[in-house]
Amino acid sequence: MQTIGALCAVTLMWSLGVSCGGSKETPTKSAEATPPAGSEGAVWKPTGNEGSVTGTASFKGTAPKPRTISMDADAVCASKHKETVYPETVVVNGNGTLRNVFVYVKTGLEGKNFAVPDQAVVLDQNGCMYKPHVLGIQARQNLKVVSSDNTTHNIHPLPQVNREWNVSQAPGADPILRSFARPEATIPVKCNQHPWMRAYIHVIDHPFYAVTGDDGSYKLDGLPPGDYEIEAVHEELGASTQKISVPPKGSAMVNFDFNPKQAYHQSSLTTLPALVLACCGEMRKGGR
Amino acid sequence: MASHSSQTVHTEIRHGFIRTYIFSTDHKVIGIQYLMLALFSVLLGMGLSVFMRLRLAWPAAKWPTLEQIFSVGFSGGQMTPEFYLAMMTMHGTIMVFFVLTTAPLSGFGNYFLPIQIGARDMAFPVLNMLSFWVTFVALAVMVSALLVTGGAPISGWTAYAPLSALGQVAGPGLGTGQTLWVISIAIFCAGSLLTALNFLCTTINLRARGMSLMRMPLTVWAWFTTAILALLAFPVLLAGGILLLLDRVGGSSFFIPGGLVVSDKLIPHEGGSPLLWQHLFWFFGHPEVYIAILPGMGVTSHILSTFARKPIFAYKAMVSAIFAIGFISYIVWGHHMFMSGMSPFSSMVFSVTTMAVGVPSAIKTFNWLATLRGAQIRFTTPMLFALGFVSLFVTGGITGLLLAQPAIDIYLHDTSFVVAHFHLIMGVAAIFGIFGGTYYWFPKMFGRMMSERLGRIHFWFTLAGVYAIFMPMHFMGISGAPRRYAQLTEFTYLQHLQPVQIFISICAFITIAAQFIFLYNFFVSMWKGERAGVNPWEATSLEWTIPSPPPHDNFGELVPVVNHGPYEYSVPGEPTDFVMQNAPAGSVAS
Amino acid sequence: MPFAFAVFLWFMASITVALFIGKVWWLPPLISEHGAAIDRQLVITLIIAGIAFFLAQISLGYLIWRFRAKGGQRATYWHENSRLESVWTIGTAVVFILLSLNGNRIWASYILTPPPADALPIEVTAQQFAWNIRYPGPDGKFGRTDPHLINDANANYLGLDSKDPASRDDITTQNIMAVPVNRPIRVMLRTKDVTHSFFVPVLRVKQDTVPGLMIPIHFTANRTGEYEIPCAELCGMQHYKMRARLLVMSDTDFENWLKQRASMQ
Repeated sequence: MQTIGALCAVTLMWSLGVSCGGSKETPTKSAEATPPAGSEGAVWKPTGNEGSVTGTASFKGTAPKPRTISMDADAVCASKHKETVYPETVVVNGNGTLRNVFVYVKTGLEGKNFAVPDQAVVLDQNGCMYKPHVLGIQARQNLKVVSSDNTTHNIHPLPQVNREWNVSQAPGADPILRSFARPEATIPVKCNQHPWMRAYIHVIDHPFYAVTGDDGSYKLDGLPPGDYEIEAVHEELGASTQKISVPPKGSAMVNFDFNPKQAYHQSSLTTLPALVLACCGEMRKGGR
Repeated sequence: MASHSSQTVHTEIRHGFIRTYIFSTDHKVIGIQYLMLALFSVLLGMGLSVFMRLRLAWPAAKWPTLEQIFSVGFSGGQMTPEFYLAMMTMHGTIMVFFVLTTAPLSGFGNYFLPIQIGARDMAFPVLNMLSFWVTFVALAVMVSALLVTGGAPISGWTAYAPLSALGQVAGPGLGTGQTLWVISIAIFCAGSLLTALNFLCTTINLRARGMSLMRMPLTVWAWFTTAILALLAFPVLLAGGILLLLDRVGGSSFFIPGGLVVSDKLIPHEGGSPLLWQHLFWFFGHPEVYIAILPGMGVTSHILSTFARKPIFAYKAMVSAIFAIGFISYIVWGHHMFMSGMSPFSSMVFSVTTMAVGVPSAIKTFNWLATLRGAQIRFTTPMLFALGFVSLFVTGGITGLLLAQPAIDIYLHDTSFVVAHFHLIMGVAAIFGIFGGTYYWFPKMFGRMMSERLGRIHFWFTLAGVYAIFMPMHFMGISGAPRRYAQLTEFTYLQHLQPVQIFISICAFITIAAQFIFLYNFFVSMWKGERAGVNPWEATSLEWTIPSPPPHDNFGELVPVVNHGPYEYSVPGEPTDFVMQNAPAGSVAS
Repeated sequence: MPFAFAVFLWFMASITVALFIGKVWWLPPLISEHGAAIDRQLVITLIIAGIAFFLAQISLGYLIWRFRAKGGQRATYWHENSRLESVWTIGTAVVFILLSLNGNRIWASYILTPPPADALPIEVTAQQFAWNIRYPGPDGKFGRTDPHLINDANANYLGLDSKDPASRDDITTQNIMAVPVNRPIRVMLRTKDVTHSFFVPVLRVKQDTVPGLMIPIHFTANRTGEYEIPCAELCGMQHYKMRARLLVMSDTDFENWLKQRASMQ
């Protein structure tokens, strides 16, 4: 009997030690500026004859009448806004251009490896709104989530390809560092505590992207000369692509037009993929 | 009369180390293995509760050392609410399943049921070994749910659907962590079914000559009834768990209705009912809590009688009460669902049956008190814990009067009042049953005595500690404090309770620290304790007729013949104040 | 040892009872009509439970001390008494039955009595982690909702169908519920995602919100003021923060409040 007791005591100590030491997740504390593992070829370096692409995104048509966002749900949020708050789903600038359009190089950069920047992309929660509303980030680059609000948020990206995570951030908490392993377009980010909050993250594997601001313009700089497809994506109004050639040390111009009829879904909902069982065909039609 | 033709005399076969200590079919080794599994689990569960109490008392505090170890749960230095909920879920799950369902029944029951009825082993020794190792695998899977990326589930030990069925979109830990949790529980159900089967067959078939049903110690009656409860309850949980797993990974919709939008995701499932999960879970869940307490009641009766030097008062009524509690426990499950949206008529029926289960419990309490009247109480450590059990059982059980009434439950459901109630009855009274059993049977299992002095210190810290921890929770509940909150400070009407939270946490830390006195006593006494004789407590049941520790086949050459009841203490006209069950016939009419 | 044990039990029982009698931490103030019967039943049950608790702990303490072993003596071989057994069994059963009958009577009168036809309907739809409250507006009808139309980023939390004329005058708020005082209110409880629970401590009202079900409850608030509504069913990581405010106001104030909210829609 004593031998059993000894065996069990030792096993107990060891397993307690093991189970107490594990951490549940290891976020990347720092990104290395080295090429991704398993890729062929060296990191792309500029040669000096890069060009650029510029243009604007415009809105043609009548802007939809927005509902107002009422922040009664949290007095701390409401206290930071003296004026009415509107959703950022479709923001048309004074000059008819469209804000928050994500423009990037869709094709034309195959075979090149781009270094992952050391610097993190910052997402701030301020006045219970995400700033910026749309951001681009490279795969494996750090996203740094900070909060300027004196209330607890939770940051909940909803990717389809990358790993989903969901973390609380209390007032005074340190910034949260995460990264996305794979390229993925339009990852919605939600705060479950303040349901009106929304941001979109576009993860791509190169640094040639931009988000249109309050003048509706964008610029993709430092592009090696060549033929490209440029895509502009808007969260509500759809996406469109145009082909362009970038001359050495020169500039090309691509403008994008969006109109309400182009909207490809009425809601910001995404549907979870339905399961297809071999025996029984599709269980459910997931609907948009 | 019991048939014992199935008993064969074992010759001493020398097995290797693995067959003797790891994959043994000896019920005594298996019993100790279960007890060690429960010991590991209770230490883990207690550790998890430390995290819980840290956050409840000091929600905004930063814990830099803990942040080093748990970088996700303490992101930003503060314990996140999702980490709290994960700790809470795993604390409840590990304690209820891997401590309260294993130690009292599979631990002590496996060791002492065969001996107390005069058998050489369980009816199915190989099945017995299997049941332990299946339970071990279940624990390994449960621990993996704690460690997996994404974290442990946050849906509570009750895992209500659809929160537990929707996957990670509904919250952290609800992805892989929840799936592993369900798998672990399903495996555990299988292990428990094997145990239950073994107990029932053994008790019915392997009793020694003269060991009639009405001469069985109350511990055996308790284990027997508990095994019936386990046999009928665990399959329902297993079925529910499989359905939940299918909803999670198989695209089915047993528990998920249509039209749900979770975190802006439209869920494609439809046609299911969240209430179905609650019915399945609680149909198991209520008998489960009686599985946790009945063996403790049996042990308490046994110990009280031994150290009061008096027969247990109204043995027959005690047996009837155990059966009544077991039977009625199957028709009360709806009292967990009064506010769930279930039909109010069902609520009325469940309310009456729940009140009814209080009657046999009250009978047992009266009988324990009556056992003490006219006694000559010896205050050994096991007796202290048995007396503590009676006090705690009354305190925990009496609040059931309030929770059994739906009208009052409107206010008290899902508040700290419920947390106080079930902790006192399960997390303390049942634990006192385990402590009592440990101190009582340690000499028999290990051939040495535990330190009485350390046992007394452990007892006092624990008794005072648990009352200090759980009594205030009643007041918090009456003030309207909801349960499963990572902190109470968000609500104005609850802020005055924060000093109470701090008080509870400090008492909890002291009480937890005191348990290390027990641990020290337990392990050191195994080697350094005073050698125990055959019957150090001067008790009457059959385990006190064989050497300490018992030989492999328990009774050796002398198969016992039973001539007396189990509690023949202070019998008038007898030379000693106790008569062993296998003493020659003729002394007392039994 | 026996004396210390007895003293501990008497002390613990006395302090507990004193804290209850002294109402040191007690129920929040009551502001509903039906709640009075609930409070009464709670107090009666507490008293009965308290007496049983107190007597049991005191007797246990007494027995422990009185019947401690005194060198060499035998215990009394007294181990059954059918009459005593019957008395305390029947006595317990009678008390429990009476309590249960009265409790059920109060439950039935609350849950099985429908609200009057002119009760003010309010719809509450819970989500992770906010309460969406909807008033039907002057037309008295709730507009159509559709899960496919839900768009939190556009503040359409309920999926209101703007093509349904009945939805034009619906007034929605988040985490604020205003009710007129002394008027019956009928609340329709729904949820968008998981089970939550609508708990208003001061009203003595609680009901789980179950996915797939619409569950009606009703109450009448009889005192003005601002109160809090916590969520009382574990619903995810911010369960502890799901807080709505209940504003009970006079009829005129309520009408003004509704008009002001309508202009914000």
